Amino acid sequence: MLLEVKNLSKHFAGLVAVNGVDLKVREGEMLAIVGPNGAGKSVLFGLISGLIRPTYGQIHLQGEEITGWKPHRIADQGIARTFQTTALFDQLRVVDNLALGYRLRTAGGFWSTLFHTRRWKEDKNRTTGKVMETLNFIGLADKAFHFVSTLSQAEQKRLSIGVALISQPKMILLDEPTGGLILEDTDEITALIKKIHKVAGITICLIEHKMRMVMDLAERIVVLNFGSVIAEGTPGEISKNPAVIEAYLGGESVA
Amino acid sequence: MAPTQFLRDKWSYVLLLLLALLLPFLITNRYVFQIVIMGCLFSITTLSLNLILGYTGQASLAHAGFFGIGAYGVAILTKAGLSFWLALPLSALLAAGIGFLIGLPTLRSRGSYFAISTMCFGVIVSIVAGNWIEFTGGYNGIVGIALPNPLPIPLIGEIGFQTQTAQYYLVLAFLLLTLLIMHRLVSSLLGLSFMAIRNNEVLAGAVGINAFAGKILSFVVANFFAGLAGGIYASLMGTISPSTASLELTFNWLIFLLLGGAATLAGPIIGAFVIPVIMEYLQFLAEYRLIIFGVMLIVVIIYFPRGVMGAITNLKQRSRDFFGRRKETIKGVAGG
Repeated sequence: MLLEVKNLSKHFAGLVAVNGVDLKVREGEMLAIVGPNGAGKSVLFGLISGLIRPTYGQIHLQGEEITGWKPHRIADQGIARTFQTTALFDQLRVVDNLALGYRLRTAGGFWSTLFHTRRWKEDKNRTTGKVMETLNFIGLADKAFHFVSTLSQAEQKRLSIGVALISQPKMILLDEPTGGLILEDTDEITALIKKIHKVAGITICLIEHKMRMVMDLAERIVVLNFGSVIAEGTPGEISKNPAVIEAYLGGESVA
Repeated sequence: MAPTQFLRDKWSYVLLLLLALLLPFLITNRYVFQIVIMGCLFSITTLSLNLILGYTGQASLAHAGFFGIGAYGVAILTKAGLSFWLALPLSALLAAGIGFLIGLPTLRSRGSYFAISTMCFGVIVSIVAGNWIEFTGGYNGIVGIALPNPLPIPLIGEIGFQTQTAQYYLVLAFLLLTLLIMHRLVSSLLGLSFMAIRNNEVLAGAVGINAFAGKILSFVVANFFAGLAGGIYASLMGTISPSTASLELTFNWLIFLLLGGAATLAGPIIGAFVIPVIMEYLQFLAEYRLIIFGVMLIVVIIYFPRGVMGAITNLKQRSRDFFGRRKETIKGVAGG
């Protein structure tokens, strides 16, 4: 088991955002987390990536407990993520963003930077190579030296996935990778995610609202509602699950 | 890089360096020369302020406080009989060490909270300097601080620092050292992670950058150089007082930095040289010149957020776009 979440809960001043969630992510799988707005999906990602401290519950990565760790240590352990509102270093160029994504795989401390040690030079060359490789993988080689602010929405989404990918993670958490995109761009991102899963062989866990895309991509789906898991299974099973249909259709009037 | 290639790419820098080295032969006026020496010294403080504020995005207003710590360190240690050449690094290290201790609590706060807490520390330094009379001489300060001890150089003999020319070369050497170190830092992955912290701290954490450790490192290095400049200042001026650590100095450097261009290496130096000169020419306006600087600051922040250097880069970029000569190579990925 790659990631194991046990009885994970988060209360915000009385509001229960995530309520006793148990979740297992297997090595190499493509898992989708779906649910209506406010179901606690993004908070769950925040908890796993260390951005939010859980009220109680545990998170294990490959058997090691990582509950309450700082985000940079969790990233170092191999969980990369993207954000719902595309987060990039928008004052910097595309190559800088990717180099920063790879930063955790380099040493580059103060003294080695000051004296340009051999290790520092090796890291620098390796970074350049990885950046080139990732630029080609995500199809942004022609925009390498552009500033992020000049990229289109879809290009920014691709870059943010690239920044997660370049860190050589064990798993990537994608928070609505196609949110706000038109259909053609959505297909492009879907293809990129498939490529990362198949070619790079990285475990993927994604939050998505577009059911057509989820059915197409995911091997397994977990459905959240009001902070709890209400269903789990293959896309075929989920589409027939009465609790899910209730949450998505009947839930409208409740919410 | 081959030497000829280097000359072709960087001829303007080589020319500037030559000019800097020949400057003592070009300036005959002692008063002007003194302004140049102070310009070099304040370039060091502005460059180091630039590291924490410009590149790392943390507005430290304690910079003159650390400058003062370096100054008092050198004054007290040389009075106690230590050589300047030992007292200077010790005082700079003291500033860096105190910076580390102050950074631990203050760097946990963000934005204006960090600015206010560091400003308080800066004020505390000058109050301590004014009241710890046995050590600092109170508000009278310390007078008669020795010039740097003569440096014995093999073959040439001893170099003393009585003349303005020697003092100029001393500060120039330290300015070049500061510039070299700042260049190495900011053009590396380490410098890039400072900029990442400035740009988006949450994302920096998510890509594995320890933002707090990065801010501490940047703050400590910045304060080391503030202390270094303070130490040299004390020795060259011969007298220091609590005003050596005053908030006014920090704000002067802040103006040099913002007008010259934050997050660039040339900007702080341009600011530290040009603004004091403008100040001199506007002497006749007395206090009213502050109004001019106020207006300038507003104009620059609105129209040239990256100061004079930002405006120059923009111009260059535009002319390059216009002439269609974009020479971008992949070499620039992780900096030089």
